[in-house]
Amino acid sequence: MIAFILRRLLQSVIVMIAVAAVSFTLFRFVGDPINSMVGQEASIADRQALRDSLGLNDPIILQFGRFLGNALQGEFGISYRLQMPVTELILQRLPATIELALVSGLLAFVVGLALGVYTALRRRGVLSNVIMTASLIGVSLPTFLIGVLLIWVFAVELRWLPSNGRGEVVALGDWWSTGFLTHSGRLALILPAVTLGLYQMTLIMRLVRAEMLEVLRTDYIKFARARGLSARAVNFGHALKNTLVPVITITGLQLGSIIAFSIITETVFNWPGVGALFINSVRFVDVPVMAAYLMMIALIFVVINLIVDLLYYAVDPRLRVDRAGKAH
Amino acid sequence: MTSKTPGRLYRLWDSDLAYAFRTAPVAIVATLVALTIIFCAVFAPWLAPMNPYNPAGLNLMNGFTPPMEPNAFTGETFLMGADNQGRDMLSTIMYGTRTSLFVGAMAVLFAMVLGISVGLYAGWRGGWVDGALMRVADVQLAFPAILIALLIFGIARGFIPDNLRDQLAIWVLIVAIGLSDWVQFARVVRGATMVEKNKEYVQAARVIGAHPAKIMFRHILPNVMGPVLVIATISLALAIIAEATLSFLGVGVPPTQPSLGTLIRIGQGFLISGEWWILLFPSLTLLALALSVNLLGDWLRDALNPRLR
Repeated sequence: MIAFILRRLLQSVIVMIAVAAVSFTLFRFVGDPINSMVGQEASIADRQALRDSLGLNDPIILQFGRFLGNALQGEFGISYRLQMPVTELILQRLPATIELALVSGLLAFVVGLALGVYTALRRRGVLSNVIMTASLIGVSLPTFLIGVLLIWVFAVELRWLPSNGRGEVVALGDWWSTGFLTHSGRLALILPAVTLGLYQMTLIMRLVRAEMLEVLRTDYIKFARARGLSARAVNFGHALKNTLVPVITITGLQLGSIIAFSIITETVFNWPGVGALFINSVRFVDVPVMAAYLMMIALIFVVINLIVDLLYYAVDPRLRVDRAGKAH
Repeated sequence: MTSKTPGRLYRLWDSDLAYAFRTAPVAIVATLVALTIIFCAVFAPWLAPMNPYNPAGLNLMNGFTPPMEPNAFTGETFLMGADNQGRDMLSTIMYGTRTSLFVGAMAVLFAMVLGISVGLYAGWRGGWVDGALMRVADVQLAFPAILIALLIFGIARGFIPDNLRDQLAIWVLIVAIGLSDWVQFARVVRGATMVEKNKEYVQAARVIGAHPAKIMFRHILPNVMGPVLVIATISLALAIIAEATLSFLGVGVPPTQPSLGTLIRIGQGFLISGEWWILLFPSLTLLALALSVNLLGDWLRDALNPRLR
């Protein structure tokens, strides 16, 4: 058990160091950091002095070490474009992204689970077929197109919901601003959350349906029916319970995807989150922001994957014999 | 054609795959839709009513003409309307699809060549090459492809000098999407190679002293092409969507060479003011293209390998 955890931890650290190396390369070799810090009129001697004081003449490995040290303290320098500390920029925008990701993740899970159970239990029903077909089209629709179409219908034609921004936000403490507490904030959340959650919802729905159908075919379900248990007890008490383990792990893994796909949704809806910040940094080659975002998203993915792997290991004893990498 | 040995075309018509195709209406419709779109895109310069990027052919008076309605000033009619500068939307879409398809197809080709080469080598040699490949694959598969493409695109842009950025954008995009997708090919080819290399025909080729590269490409590769073809088809749909997404976000193809994604981004701007056709028709084209290629890929997977679900 300990050996397994250590190996997984080591793998995660290696991935993070590799990502940090990419980030550092980007940081150090894209453009001249000095040029983006001082103006045209700085003399060569000034530049050299700055170069020395920043340690840009030190051996690369030393610089990389310093970069890692700074990154561990959450220090990524100053955005070229916005002239603000990157960490501050990201922290400022993180609440918007996290609130959006949480709401759409929850939406995807609850609705996906309900639809999955329904389509599994009423396999041949008309409504089930309609839902399954719709989900196929849903998977083929790119996220940004869903967002644009939703804006068209609900914001432009019907005028029910706002098409961009977060609405009114309330500050909670120094670092958090929430849109949950105001009416306009909640309204503004609906369209982006649906857009972001739709793909994950179809995924969860199909997974739940497949798992349910699998479990409903097993002997212990037949036996439960033979014992005369009510359909409700069999379907929900026995079948659903046993499908939940893989569903929860997949949902956990999808949380990372939701944060990644929020880049698209935030751009469509002008949502003031981290994803929109990142897209602008790519567009304007704002390297410090790109490097910081890269590290942040890698960390999120590595942590989620690690947790899911460990959970799997705890839940499913069969994996303890096998190699761990196959867990998903 | 002699009567004893049937011609190639006949053998193709008579094959299992062709039979499965003839009896699957979904596949036939999907193929027809995809082929029509591809045909219109490839021959756009000859088929399109006008060249939308030739400023001399534009008449600003035609701006915002709704579809199928004669323009109030010029009396011209456009099947799908005209955009703000009086460009015929149908022509714009045909040229846009051309860009989208080019980027998508090249990205898949790049991913396929890279994935097949690495996969063959890893499956054939095993050892640390194989181990390293599989680790990279594990890590890469944990991240969504679109995010990887976006990151590679961003990094590559950082390294390219300003003045070359627009010229190289399409190629950078192709490499970025290709690199986000090659792992699929490498994994499948590696797995199939490991199975094939122990079969008798490979041993026979070894015994007669054939060069390993020749065995890999001439003997093993044709036998693992089935799954590769399936992945290539599905990848094409994904690559087209990835390109459209990146272009929609404003980090894809340069504005001088708009793709379907760029057109949708432009169209979104006119939604509030009521010019819906500038958005609707590029969106429908993208949807039809992605959906038909996707369905075709699904069908191909089932037809080539009935054991897979």
